[in-house]
Amino acid sequence: MTHTQKRIAVRGKSIQFLAAATAISLMLAAGAASAKTVVKWLHLELDPTYLAKWEEIAKTYEEQHPDVDIQMQFLENEAFKAKLPTLLQSDDVPDFFFSWGGGVLKQQSETGALQDVTAVLDADGGKLRQAYSPASVNGLTFDGKVWAVPYKVGLVSFFYNKDHFAKAGVKAEDIKTWASFLEAVKKLKVAGIVPIAGGGGEKWPIHFYWSYLVMREGGQQVFDAAKKGEGEGFLDPAIIKAGEDLAELGKLEPFQPGYLGATWPQALGVFGDGKAAMILGFENTEANQRKNAGNGKGLAPENIGRFSFPAVEGGAGSVTDTLGGLNGWAVTKKASKEAIDFLAYLTNAENERAMAKAAMLLPVAVGADDGVTNPLLAQSARQLAASTWHQNYFDQDLGAAVGRVVNDVSVEIVSGQMTAEDAAQQIQDAFELEQ
Amino acid sequence: MVPHSFPAPSEAPGSGLANAKVRQMANISISSGARAARPVRTVTRKRSSVAHDRWAVLVFFLPPALLLFTLFVIMPMGEAAWYSLYKWNGYGTPTEFIGIRNFQVLFRNAAFTQALINNGLIILISIAIQVPLAIWLSTMLAHRIAGVVSFRLIFFLPYVLADVAAGLIWRFIYDGDYGLFAAISNFFGFATPYVLADKDVAIYAVLGVIVWKYFGFHMMLFIAGLQSLDKSVLEAAEIDGATGWQKFRYVTLPLLGSTLRLSIFFAVIGSLQLFDMIMPLTGGGPSNSTQTMVTFLYTYGVMRMQVGLGSAVGVVLFIICVTLAFGYKRIFMRND
Repeated sequence: MTHTQKRIAVRGKSIQFLAAATAISLMLAAGAASAKTVVKWLHLELDPTYLAKWEEIAKTYEEQHPDVDIQMQFLENEAFKAKLPTLLQSDDVPDFFFSWGGGVLKQQSETGALQDVTAVLDADGGKLRQAYSPASVNGLTFDGKVWAVPYKVGLVSFFYNKDHFAKAGVKAEDIKTWASFLEAVKKLKVAGIVPIAGGGGEKWPIHFYWSYLVMREGGQQVFDAAKKGEGEGFLDPAIIKAGEDLAELGKLEPFQPGYLGATWPQALGVFGDGKAAMILGFENTEANQRKNAGNGKGLAPENIGRFSFPAVEGGAGSVTDTLGGLNGWAVTKKASKEAIDFLAYLTNAENERAMAKAAMLLPVAVGADDGVTNPLLAQSARQLAASTWHQNYFDQDLGAAVGRVVNDVSVEIVSGQMTAEDAAQQIQDAFELEQ
Repeated sequence: MVPHSFPAPSEAPGSGLANAKVRQMANISISSGARAARPVRTVTRKRSSVAHDRWAVLVFFLPPALLLFTLFVIMPMGEAAWYSLYKWNGYGTPTEFIGIRNFQVLFRNAAFTQALINNGLIILISIAIQVPLAIWLSTMLAHRIAGVVSFRLIFFLPYVLADVAAGLIWRFIYDGDYGLFAAISNFFGFATPYVLADKDVAIYAVLGVIVWKYFGFHMMLFIAGLQSLDKSVLEAAEIDGATGWQKFRYVTLPLLGSTLRLSIFFAVIGSLQLFDMIMPLTGGGPSNSTQTMVTFLYTYGVMRMQVGLGSAVGVVLFIICVTLAFGYKRIFMRND
């Protein structure tokens, strides 16, 4: 390098430095000029269309409130569940995060990591409280305090492929009882069609079967007693009978081959690809199967039918009892006022209606029901409206320690690894250990 | 050389200390052989300045390392031991003391027993298949033959790959619908095996991946070991008319002893801590058939928010690791 070159290089460097310094000071000045309140929103949504909708809502809000900066943070479902306790106690805590309610939310509320939003809901004569359906607010209330802002309700029911049913000569209207359901499974097998798509690898998709059977066999009384540790608890004959019903289904080998290793998205893909006739899934299964199908299109909406989980002969539960979620946004202790204000905006009737129209959810905001235009979603909404007992997902309701055992044993029962009695005993053991 | 003729320094009367000093001094004078004839006082001063430097180094460089080690190794271990005596869900501070109940629950748990068995199986396979395979390949790849570098690269590549990535790749390969296994079985026209969904087969599928993933690492160790062997010993054996197998069995293998013991040591400790490859592959399932101690810790301790129980697993794992490591070093690596 000659002397001149070196000088030029040095000058170049100093110019670079100058530029960098200017840029930094400019940035600092800009930062100081608009001290924005950052709202950190932790979610676990994967669907790009849902995210786009949320971003749109956030952007509108930011335009109306220039001093607020909404930042979305993502954690994958299982990672979310595992990381949350640490996250909640760290300095990097989000302002609000997705919650399934139930025992998990209750546990979180007891730790002092969450903010009680009762006062916010009841402000101005309960203006915000009245904006949501009473059931949704009640579902997120423990010890008289509301611990999350309601967001959506969910319902688990059967979805089926109309072509496959027609080919096997099965009529969905005839599936009224567990026995007739098993009959339909047999007919589908005879027709050479895989009856059900299952995600045994993640376990919780299978626990829906056990949960629903417990609800149908025992009814609300038995389950509530078990949850409180009264009577025979989870060793109640009705609960053991539910396990036996599930084992009976398992014996027919109704799931796609390799279902024990399959994840939930894979199971949805199997259904969406037309490789299985039925799936027990969430209210938005139609959108989910489309996303996870091999060709990205999945089954045509008019090819998908829906029926509620069948009754069990002699069971104490009613066919109108429903299993499903109630989701809210749990607000953390240090969350800003702006965060709660944004939540109220996110879940107001107008936005909930828009999200319902996009077939994203069943709204909890009063007056947003007319947004449910998707026919399958509307069917779920009607069933929910007529629900005689809406039960939260067992694995969330019972808390992580017992709920995970429920997931485990459901898969064990259906795959014939465990008897119904042993399964009930394991749940009871886990339950007693928790007390 | 006359180091022993130095008189002991007068300021250190008698005792072991003086002896040590003499010995140290002797060492110094031996190492600086050419200057052995220098006056005693110079040597003494030199020694003290060396000691002084060492102290300075200790004072400046030890605390940061010690602090980090305490903060990230000793303290978490102590905390885990403490948590393991409590029933605690991870929020706030543990308050509910339950003694050794976590350990009782642990050893009654069938999944934990399975995890222990699986860890044992992984160690066994590592020693019985992985290490011999690595030795065999290394004997072929330690010499300068055509294409040796690319072969080494190919065999070593799996080890370079992140564990999670390897797990995901093999999940796709084993996939019964779209994976390589599905394609092969379709081609030959037999029913697709769903290896990761079958609780009797899944662990063997996992073991296959483990061997595939880590044999390259052991192979590299052996190649290094082979290359440092004294060629003349092998030549001597050759002249004595030893066959290929005899050369390997009676010359190469004994000389590779220390490398072999090191390789087995790594295999054992690595096997005990196996986690990040299993999670994407099977997540410990189906029916806990592929659970290892660490995946068990994660599923039962972290996912179920039973930090106490999880800590108990950690303590058991720690004890097993430490016992094995020190026991192994004492018994097998005494002379290395």
